[in-house]
Amino acid sequence: MFNNKNNPLSPHLQVYRWHISSLLSITHRITGVINFLFIIFISSILIFLGVEIKIIQILLQSLFGKFLTIYFCWSFSFQILNEIRHLAWDMGYGFDLKVSRITGILTIIGSFVFTILFYLIGKNLL
Amino acid sequence: MVQFSLPQNSKILKGKFYKDKTGSNNLKKVNVYRWSPSSNENPRIDTFEVDLNDCGPKVLDILFKIKNEIDPTLTFRRSCAHGVCGSCAMNVDGINTLSCIKSHSDIKGELNIYPLPHLKVIKDLVGDLTTLYKQYESVEPWLKTKAGEKTPAEIKQSQEDRAKLDGYYECILCACCSTSCPSYWWNGDKYLGPAVLLQAYRWITDSRDDERKERLKKVADELKLYRCHTIMNCTNSCPKGLNPAKAIASIKKMLATS
Repeated sequence: MFNNKNNPLSPHLQVYRWHISSLLSITHRITGVINFLFIIFISSILIFLGVEIKIIQILLQSLFGKFLTIYFCWSFSFQILNEIRHLAWDMGYGFDLKVSRITGILTIIGSFVFTILFYLIGKNLL
Repeated sequence: MVQFSLPQNSKILKGKFYKDKTGSNNLKKVNVYRWSPSSNENPRIDTFEVDLNDCGPKVLDILFKIKNEIDPTLTFRRSCAHGVCGSCAMNVDGINTLSCIKSHSDIKGELNIYPLPHLKVIKDLVGDLTTLYKQYESVEPWLKTKAGEKTPAEIKQSQEDRAKLDGYYECILCACCSTSCPSYWWNGDKYLGPAVLLQAYRWITDSRDDERKERLKKVADELKLYRCHTIMNCTNSCPKGLNPAKAIASIKKMLATS
């Protein structure tokens, strides 16, 4: 049999072209992990420093805090929208290439629209 | 195992440049992945200048032209040249496809040709598909029936049941989909991959087959099936326009509802 121990591995990530679907898939996973850790972080702060809620307020009003707020507005919106897409897939819908591309683009646009909405609602501007 | 970068012996070096000798005004630069088992060198990218005025329309025609006129050592698999056999599957311009049905006029700028991704290279554009064929064998891709044992006779199928196989029986096992799938790159030894799962589904959904339940049970495995995360690279790359992602989802749905 063909012994391939020393043969090189053909290039994969290095050469493969990104599609909207693969890009959204990896983004979904990365933001999912970050959101998961973030929820644990926030919950443990609330549990252990519940009384000192001012600390969170100070943290969130810093420049980095504002960036965090906007980032999480986006990443949760993105998760929700892409999860709806996954639910449709689990039910067997939306596998057509054109449809999946359109839903992908809608997810990207929608996540930014939601971010703006969340931010404005949070600021009591809406 | 997830490994994003290539191992040391697979890093790609800059190769030779074959300058055009015909003096043509319609040249295309073609970058081709080269590796030979008889030399101890790393893989390299050779660049060929190909005269398109005297060349057929497909990427495979370019490869033939290089092999016939420039470098006869260039190695690639091909057989039918009409998109039926699946031998000439390779990575053209970043997407896995059959080079015999991919027009080179669709690709602007330089043309990059690599073997199918994340395979052990045998030579140049030929990858080792042994694992995939073994996995294919493991889904037992043949009709299993109890009815025919006593009275050997034709098993009839209604038109509706036959229609359920459309979009699945056309698969030619070129391995474009499986080798485009990042999940298959990282877990290719355990995860069956889109091509094999599409084949599995083709037999699960065949009305003449009597072992549907056993087939479903066999494939219902955290690693064999559920490594599919609907990345959709498979459907995006299938040169026959089939939808492996949908086939896998159908298996998952069957398992969830049965």
